[in-house]
Amino acid sequence: MTGALAAILQRDIRLALRQGGGAALGLVFFLLIVTMTPLAIGPDPALLARIGPAMLWLAAVLSILLGLDRLFQADVEDGSLQQMRLSSAPLELVVLAKATAHWLVTGLPLVIAAPAYGLLLALSPAAMLAVTITLLVGTPALVFIGATGAALTAGMRRGGLLLAILSLPLMTPVLIFGVSATMSALDGLTPFRTPLLVLAALTLFSLVVGCAASAAALRASD
Amino acid sequence: MMAFANPAVFMKWSGRLLPWLTAGAALALAGALWLAWRAPADYQQGDSVRIMFVHVPAAWLALFMYTIMTISALGTLVWRHPLADVSQRAAAPVGMVFTLLCLITGSIWGKPMWGAWWVWDARLTSVLVLFLMYCGVLALWRAIEDPLRAARAVAILTIVGFINVPIIKFSVDWWNTLHQPASVLRLDGPAMHPAMLWPLLAMAGAMSLVAICLHMAGMRTEVLRRRIRARRIVLLDRMSRAGAETVGFAS
Repeated sequence: MTGALAAILQRDIRLALRQGGGAALGLVFFLLIVTMTPLAIGPDPALLARIGPAMLWLAAVLSILLGLDRLFQADVEDGSLQQMRLSSAPLELVVLAKATAHWLVTGLPLVIAAPAYGLLLALSPAAMLAVTITLLVGTPALVFIGATGAALTAGMRRGGLLLAILSLPLMTPVLIFGVSATMSALDGLTPFRTPLLVLAALTLFSLVVGCAASAAALRASD
Repeated sequence: MMAFANPAVFMKWSGRLLPWLTAGAALALAGALWLAWRAPADYQQGDSVRIMFVHVPAAWLALFMYTIMTISALGTLVWRHPLADVSQRAAAPVGMVFTLLCLITGSIWGKPMWGAWWVWDARLTSVLVLFLMYCGVLALWRAIEDPLRAARAVAILTIVGFINVPIIKFSVDWWNTLHQPASVLRLDGPAMHPAMLWPLLAMAGAMSLVAICLHMAGMRTEVLRRRIRARRIVLLDRMSRAGAETVGFAS
């Protein structure tokens, strides 16, 4: 069983890396949103430092949403998902492997790039660290919530926008706790630990619910 | 339960019940509105308080219809109950309209009371997210053509949403206390006087009746819509066969 999981994980990572820039494109999109922010609100470093963590979180949410529609789509189209369903591995674990691979390719690069992008938004080192930690803990939740939306829209020709409409309302708690944890680095009044723990809980919760719901959605689509 | 599973049986008894129910709902609404009209004006809010007689039941029904949708979703997924799909489908637009009504009446009330059409208060925000979730459910219904497939997909979305509603509510409350501590006028004041409580309860009852009527009428429409769809498919099938035969004769 773990062999099948490792195989799917490896295959998805390899596919993502070899197909037109995969991880790099997400990073460029992330950078574009970071660039647009000062253009939209002005270059004042104090203002940027205050809203920087929130902007980085918003950019991360959008970047992760970007590639999600391909999570199951390609496998539905070429029939490999049917093969995975016929295998002895439970569909929930297949989803877990695919979502994990997707996070490793899209989420993890964002986490690694976050401090560098924080420099552009004039973040203090403490804020940079806070954003990086919260993104590391919180972005898996975004992927698992988005996986449900991706599974529900997998058979559709233009599911991208629908995927965003279905997933974003469910992502609001992650965004709220992710940003409020980073706020502690800015004002020192808000606790850091509590929202971070809630964020971790949200990730674990959405891992379970997301995998089960995505598998159910994939089964229901035929 | 299974006796009602047959859509034909449902169409029969709902067809008989619905006119009476509609008349009852109209009468109840008229009576409740009269009560709300006669209720005393609030000593602080003046006549604006009457908006609450529509607003509060609408908020309640927004959640109530989502609950009905979730129960129907369980019926679809667990028991494959044919009417559960129909009930799910019919509840979505009704719930969405009550959510919108809640937002709009709240906004109209907020302008004279708070001086703004919209405030990012925790309650307003969570109702807005609920409205967005209704939008998602309706969008998914429209995106999948086959009603049976659509019902199962929407059922999964509805249940995931239902699990998430308390989490969203909790997180929005957290977010609000963090960002703007107690700046908004709250309604916790003194306990509600019976002179206002009774009209409110009457309005809640009447609007629930209206919601039930709309839901039942929507279910009947959906059953008919599916019958038309089924007949059309049979007809097209027959036509294409007839076409194939004439082609066969010609060649």
